[in-house]
Amino acid sequence: MAGTTIKIGAEDNNKRRSATSVMPSFFSQTPVSNPMGTEANATQSSRLLDYGVLEQYLGFRVGDSSGPRFTSTVDGRLSSSDLHSQAFNMTHPSTSTLLPGSQAMQFHKSLAPMPNIVSASSAQHENWGDSNMTDSSSHTDTSTDVEPRDKNLQFEMGQSAAVVISDYTDKSEERTQDQKTQRRLAQNREAARKSRLRKKAYVQQLENSRLKLTQLEQEVQRARQQGVFIASTADQSHAGSANGALAFDAEYARWMEEQNRHINELRTAVNSRTNDAELRNIVNNVITHFNDVFRLQGNAAKADVFHILLGMWKTPAERCFLWIGGFRPSELLKLLVNQLEPLTEQQLTGIFNLQQSSHQAEDALSQGMDALQQSIAETLATGSSGSQGSSGNVANYMGQMAMAMGKLGSLEGFIRQADNLRQQTLQQMHRVLTTKQSARALLLINDYFSRLRALSSLWLARPQE
Amino acid sequence: MERVRDLASKKAVVIFTKSSCFMCHSIKALFYDLGASPAVHELDQDTKGREMEWALKGLGCNPTVPAVFIGGVFVGSSKDIISLHVEGSLKQMLINAKAIWF
Repeated sequence: MAGTTIKIGAEDNNKRRSATSVMPSFFSQTPVSNPMGTEANATQSSRLLDYGVLEQYLGFRVGDSSGPRFTSTVDGRLSSSDLHSQAFNMTHPSTSTLLPGSQAMQFHKSLAPMPNIVSASSAQHENWGDSNMTDSSSHTDTSTDVEPRDKNLQFEMGQSAAVVISDYTDKSEERTQDQKTQRRLAQNREAARKSRLRKKAYVQQLENSRLKLTQLEQEVQRARQQGVFIASTADQSHAGSANGALAFDAEYARWMEEQNRHINELRTAVNSRTNDAELRNIVNNVITHFNDVFRLQGNAAKADVFHILLGMWKTPAERCFLWIGGFRPSELLKLLVNQLEPLTEQQLTGIFNLQQSSHQAEDALSQGMDALQQSIAETLATGSSGSQGSSGNVANYMGQMAMAMGKLGSLEGFIRQADNLRQQTLQQMHRVLTTKQSARALLLINDYFSRLRALSSLWLARPQE
Repeated sequence: MERVRDLASKKAVVIFTKSSCFMCHSIKALFYDLGASPAVHELDQDTKGREMEWALKGLGCNPTVPAVFIGGVFVGSSKDIISLHVEGSLKQMLINAKAIWF
């Protein structure tokens, strides 16, 4: 596209040209759009076309200096501060007129941030994007090359350069430029083709992965229905939290295995009526083991609070009855009380008090959670009216988000206290009950959750019309 | 520290909180539910709030809020309160401090 390379030296911005020079803004560095025919503007100080032919053509003094040289690049990557390094490839001129000034070269105004170059003395020195180039220019035919600043620079360059360069271009140079252009175009085509092929390959890969994913999901579903515990990783959307969540899921799976072993040990001990001391040992093991999972949950909550809060690793039925990431202690006690008979008066009172205390604590924590939710909702709902203007709205929005983010951080604390409550309740229950009763209680709890999990699997596997 | 002690001795149950703390909301709710009427001091609304927070940290309160004093004695933060309540000790402490009667 570039027919000619024009070397124009960059010059000091504030250099003032002599009166006869009129078109320093020929190259984009200067957003001058004065038509060529206008009177020389002494304040025009931008680049000069150091070009003998041009000089003659233009009939103005190229400059009081040696003639700055700069080259321009079509892609318009101009750094206003570094005029010397600009390399322009001008498109082949199509018209015969040389139009100095902005009309010839349409560059984004942003690329030519040297307003001081633009002569203020003449009203003709419009902004680049100004389309009123058709004023006193004698080269009205080129004024159509004046384009809005947000048009493609290359396009503009092509047009304008074409306009500008035409005549005086050396023919041989033209041919060389032609070759260069052709080569570059060929390279572009090649690159585009390669890019398309890459994209196609990538899409193909994605399709394959998708198929594989659906297959895997089906397998997991089938396995779950058969009661196999499989950690759910369905909702990992963020890599960081995904790692925390996946790690926790794996740890939880391991914990479950250990817990099952402990429970089996306990069951055999209860059935075989081992002595109290040994039983107490085993019971302590189980209860201490519960502490492990609460600790794991607390750590995981730091990495991915929603994963824990929503019980993502649990089966659907368990998840349904979740309270802040786990079971509700008072509910559990209610289930146990009837099955632990006979209980002494003292024990009954103890269990009843425990039920009441845990229930009160649950209520308190729930109230805190509600307040938190309400507060976040209020923060997000505070809409900004349009009156502030766009920047005000953005700042407002970001402020809202920051505040809401801070509030979300409290969730982790609630999970920790909820787990603490569960842990304390289990320990207190153990204190109130005898060893044998504790053993039975733990077995009952375990059975309850197993059945809940089995219920989930059955539900998922149920035949649907 | 002085201010903390001073305020803590003024009422049977004194809780230091922050308006931004939602766990404080929970602990307050628990005390109301038990029938106690704690005196609540919000550290972020107090000019000496920062120093008071330091003092609480010095007492070993972690997190610093909510910080609960019963009968002028430092009891602990949310974890301690919940543990004590589940044990059954909290109620007795409140009765002893004459915050509640039953």
